[in-house]
Amino acid sequence: MIAQDEPLIRWDWLGSHTDVLVERTVQHLELTAIAFGAGLVIAAVLASIARRWRWTNTPITTVTTVLYTIPAVALFAALIPVFGVGITVPAIALTTYSLVVLTPFLIVAFDEVDQATIDAADAMGMTRLQRLVSVELPLALPSIFAGLRVTAVTIIGLVTVGGLFGLGGFGNLVDDGLTRDFPTLIVVGIVASIALALLVDLLLVIVSTLVSPWQRGAGQRGARRTAGRTA
Amino acid sequence: MTSAFDFIFTSANWSGPDGIATRLETHLWVSLTAILAAIVIAVPIGLVLGHLRRGRIVAIAVANLTRAVPSFAVLAFVVAAGWGIGFLPTWIAMVALAIPPLFVGALIGVSEVDDSVIDAARGMGMRGWQILWNAELPLATPLLVSGLRVAASQVIATATLGAFVGYNTLGRFITVGRANQDDAMLYGGVVIIVVTALFIDSLLRLAGRRSLRWRKPEH
Repeated sequence: MIAQDEPLIRWDWLGSHTDVLVERTVQHLELTAIAFGAGLVIAAVLASIARRWRWTNTPITTVTTVLYTIPAVALFAALIPVFGVGITVPAIALTTYSLVVLTPFLIVAFDEVDQATIDAADAMGMTRLQRLVSVELPLALPSIFAGLRVTAVTIIGLVTVGGLFGLGGFGNLVDDGLTRDFPTLIVVGIVASIALALLVDLLLVIVSTLVSPWQRGAGQRGARRTAGRTA
Repeated sequence: MTSAFDFIFTSANWSGPDGIATRLETHLWVSLTAILAAIVIAVPIGLVLGHLRRGRIVAIAVANLTRAVPSFAVLAFVVAAGWGIGFLPTWIAMVALAIPPLFVGALIGVSEVDDSVIDAARGMGMRGWQILWNAELPLATPLLVSGLRVAASQVIATATLGAFVGYNTLGRFITVGRANQDDAMLYGGVVIIVVTALFIDSLLRLAGRRSLRWRKPEH
């Protein structure tokens, strides 16, 4: 139990432990980047398959929905006895959630491109690749970014859950705080995790408007699908 | 994996205060009450705001902000605030996490109903509440149900996390299995948790589809 007179946060701890904070921040960013990058690549492949061969759409959607429903704690717990406490477990688990969240967004993003525009591109004699790069991709970008935002924020939250198993990142602070009955660690871990998520989200909004300046405000397009998993 | 099923299919593991049956019951019971509490709090406000066509920006902000808060964070925070361990932090975290998706689903669902539908309802002599109940609510059902599914998956996951703050849910098989290096118990627990989560989600998906039987298929 936490002592009644223990304050929620001891500010002097923060000042004397900047090295710990930096270490956890680096770990958190590392794990997020791995999962985000790998997830994006796999999701792009899956989305292209689903769009090229329509019959694969249902199995891909079903598998992603099923994986999405598995609680992160359960997945972490199941992988650790096999791979041990290293970077492998969070890399596998987080990449899984990353691609599971992103794939449906990518499929929808390209499906939303107006057929008339695609026909026009074909009529201009574009090859498939030209059409993809210079017509479909730019038009799909706002929706893709909506998906990237949900994915990034989800992953950052799930890294924190991994801390329960000592997998690194801000979650380790929270876990330490729980075992040592030291609220400061818990509060710092939580606040840092949320702040990082919001910061990355904001960053993606800025990048989104920079790469598709003709579509300002399109970030709200994802509002309908915005209800995402947090952990 | 076989040891996991050995664990699940050993009847002795189902009985007693630390058995699968008790923990499953706790898990489901606390999830159900948390969801119901969240529905009572979130859905009426969402429906009324949606009906008044207000708060869309607030809803989008709520959806974006709350996604950044991991369930584990809410749980740990309640513990850190000294509100005890076990049931209370778990339940509070579950309600807090179920509210945003339900609220956003209700609000966006209702406010996206086509204006012409509302004009038609008004033309038929319906008043505000009747329009909300007879026209807007049925049309908002898909988003309401998807909000409910997100809320439910959050709540089930959070119940699992409750074991890490001393609550006797299914997550206990993970914490105890890990502590005792009992892989059979650990994997047995994981299988039960995953099956439970999938079962609840399919149930809700089925309910969502049933509630839409009057609609023409879209595809």
